[in-house]
Amino acid sequence: MAQTLLFLTELLGLKVYDLKGRRIGVVRDAAVVPLVNPSRVDRFLVGGGYAWLSLRFDQVQKINLDGIFLKEEVLIPYHSDEYMLRMVRDLLDQQIIDGEGRKVVRVTDVTFEVRNENGFDVLTLLEVDIGLRSMFRRLFQGVLPRRWIRRLQGPIPPHSIRWEACSILEADPQRRLRLNVTNKLLEEMHPADIADIVEDLSPDDREVIFETMDSETAAEALSEVDLDIQARILESLEADKAAEIIEEMSPDEAADVLAELDEESSQEILEEMDVEAESEVSELMEFDEDSAGGLMNTEYVALHQDATVSDAMIALKAHAELLESLNTMFLVDREDRLIAAVPLARLFIARGETPLIELRSDTLIQAKVDVKQKKLTELFDKYNLLTLPVVDKHGKLAGVITADNIITVLRGG
Amino acid sequence: MMNLWRRVRYHWTVFFAVIGPGFITAVVDNDAGGIYTYSQAGAKYGYLPLWTLLPITVLLIVTQEMCSHMGAVTGKGLSDLIREEFGLRNTFLMMLLLILANLTNIMANFAGIASSLQIFGMSPYITVPISAAAVWLLIVKGTYDRVEKIFLWACVVYVAYIISGILVKPDWKQAAIYSVTPRLMLETGYITMLIGMVGTSIAPWMQFYLQAAVVEKGVTAKEYKESRVEVIVGCIMMSVIAFFIIVACAGAIYRVAPRDIKDAADAALGLAPFGKYAMLMFAAGLFNASLFAACVQPLSTAYTVCEGLGFESGVNKSFREAPIFYWLFTLLIVVSAAVILLPNFPLVKMILLSQVINGALLPFVLIFMTLLVNKKRVMKEWTNSRFYNVVAWASVALMIGLTLALVGISIKDMLA
Repeated sequence: MAQTLLFLTELLGLKVYDLKGRRIGVVRDAAVVPLVNPSRVDRFLVGGGYAWLSLRFDQVQKINLDGIFLKEEVLIPYHSDEYMLRMVRDLLDQQIIDGEGRKVVRVTDVTFEVRNENGFDVLTLLEVDIGLRSMFRRLFQGVLPRRWIRRLQGPIPPHSIRWEACSILEADPQRRLRLNVTNKLLEEMHPADIADIVEDLSPDDREVIFETMDSETAAEALSEVDLDIQARILESLEADKAAEIIEEMSPDEAADVLAELDEESSQEILEEMDVEAESEVSELMEFDEDSAGGLMNTEYVALHQDATVSDAMIALKAHAELLESLNTMFLVDREDRLIAAVPLARLFIARGETPLIELRSDTLIQAKVDVKQKKLTELFDKYNLLTLPVVDKHGKLAGVITADNIITVLRGG
Repeated sequence: MMNLWRRVRYHWTVFFAVIGPGFITAVVDNDAGGIYTYSQAGAKYGYLPLWTLLPITVLLIVTQEMCSHMGAVTGKGLSDLIREEFGLRNTFLMMLLLILANLTNIMANFAGIASSLQIFGMSPYITVPISAAAVWLLIVKGTYDRVEKIFLWACVVYVAYIISGILVKPDWKQAAIYSVTPRLMLETGYITMLIGMVGTSIAPWMQFYLQAAVVEKGVTAKEYKESRVEVIVGCIMMSVIAFFIIVACAGAIYRVAPRDIKDAADAALGLAPFGKYAMLMFAAGLFNASLFAACVQPLSTAYTVCEGLGFESGVNKSFREAPIFYWLFTLLIVVSAAVILLPNFPLVKMILLSQVINGALLPFVLIFMTLLVNKKRVMKEWTNSRFYNVVAWASVALMIGLTLALVGISIKDMLA
């Protein structure tokens, strides 16, 4: 099996022979045309005399370490083709996204498989190599004979990524289409992983990824990114796309990042947002960043103090999108003043007609909007809280702070 | 009127948002090696060499500007760009030389720490291990923002040199005259010294560090104007400090008896007759500069090498995730600190070797930089203008010529 593999470092400089066994040049580059076939090497670019030649894969008879042998006489000069992904120019030494390791890596070499199809050899892009072994090949490419390098590299552990798990980076939107570059791989990842990858990229790559990603995923990923990078990304996007993403973010996070932007950009984005989301975010932006008001979000469920367990169930069904992280409900009076907190778990063992007020926590811990971060973390620690309700100066429920907000604060985020 | 005020305020805010990279790089340029060179110039030739500072500043600005420009436009480090455009083999060889060059730089700085604190009566066997541990901890435990703040404060301590320069009461009139009157003497020692001054002022690691810092700071092409101002102010500050070092040594040592000095701490001792404070200030400045450079250089080396060669890097990664990164800067610190404590370690030879390696590497770095900054594929519409290119290539050619001369002289001294 081993001999059916061919590395890009070996392919480059390989001599090309025509039907009569005459040498017509050496391989300078190879290209895949992703729109036709994502992994088959479609063209070999051969440097011979004055101009490069472009060989189609179906002109090739045989490929091995001794050379490429053609089965046809027709030679076409190479002229640059926008649809080609050229291995040396576009892949080698460039950054790509490794979908398996979920990080950004730099390509050192490429592994092809020589496959025999109907009696003719075809090269298929198998893996992208990133480890020390491929580095060894690169350093000695052209210095030592190919077969020596193969033997000598044996003891070095290989490190490669399947080509299907790779996604190349391309900042030019037109070329993205031509090379069939998508965010599919990224969109399947956990938002936190997307965020880590995005932080490692150059601003242009970040921009194009967020520009083309669906807004919901973009929002989830963006809120995991460092705040100052979030701001830079939003600033680079068109205002309407930025607004779409902001609308999908939780209001407190949206307010935080908008506060990071300069006045003009944040105003532009706010204008593009729909009225309801805009007013919610604007309200939060009024608060000092490190006070309860700045930390809180408005993702809570509050019911009137006379409500029963069945009322609660109906309310929960109506707020299905909050359920993943919800652990407490709140009871308020006619003026929206906070009366009690009800741990969600107690609902399960109560009968439907039980008034919620009977299920409340013994003590109601709450914070005013202007309470500082330090005090808030003390409250969470002292009372082992998961969710802390925040009230304005009239005692009206304004929002909630959850334990994960506090963890972010503690980590210095 | 209101509008003007608003514009001024806007530029100020952006200026303070981008402050850091250019300042720190230019100031760290005056590390133990630099201080030694300037002290030597002043001690032996008095005010004569002062005029070189002006052209040095210009050269420094031209090269530093290219790096911060590239950082702001591409958002990528210099080693990344070299890797992407010139391939792995070039990058690999360059990184190998960079590690060697920086290893010797860091040694010189630990030597600076040891000798400056000796003036305060502290034994190197205590100060060097403690400093090495402190440097390591700062790198591992510090976040970029916090470390940058500490660094900016460290920049302020350079004022120590200005104070010691004033305390020595040098001849200001002469200093002013010689700052603007070029003096050439056909004497080997003098020419060697001039070349040495230019050679130490632009080191390869600075280019990598500056560009990486600009990227880390997130300076964009839009904010670039302010970033350029910051680079220029930083370079001028570096020259001002160099000026005061030369003046202090000229006023104290040259005036009494022109002589060669052993190391930068020797220069501090030479200031002693002019007051204890002049000496202590000079020594404190040396300690600060050495420690500062000993913090910046290992970290910058590790980042540059790992990014260029595609290894995981970053202090926010764990040791297991980024082993090469951690090993690299740990070894740089430990090895440099350890050899300083060896009795009979040939430190002077090492510093000469450092100049040779730095000098051998610099031409490649400068050529690659100038090629990169002209590549459409890399810089898009922000490539150098034609005029700027002429200036850049001329500076690069001049730098290369002077550096190679310095390499030749250093090799001769090493063999002697």
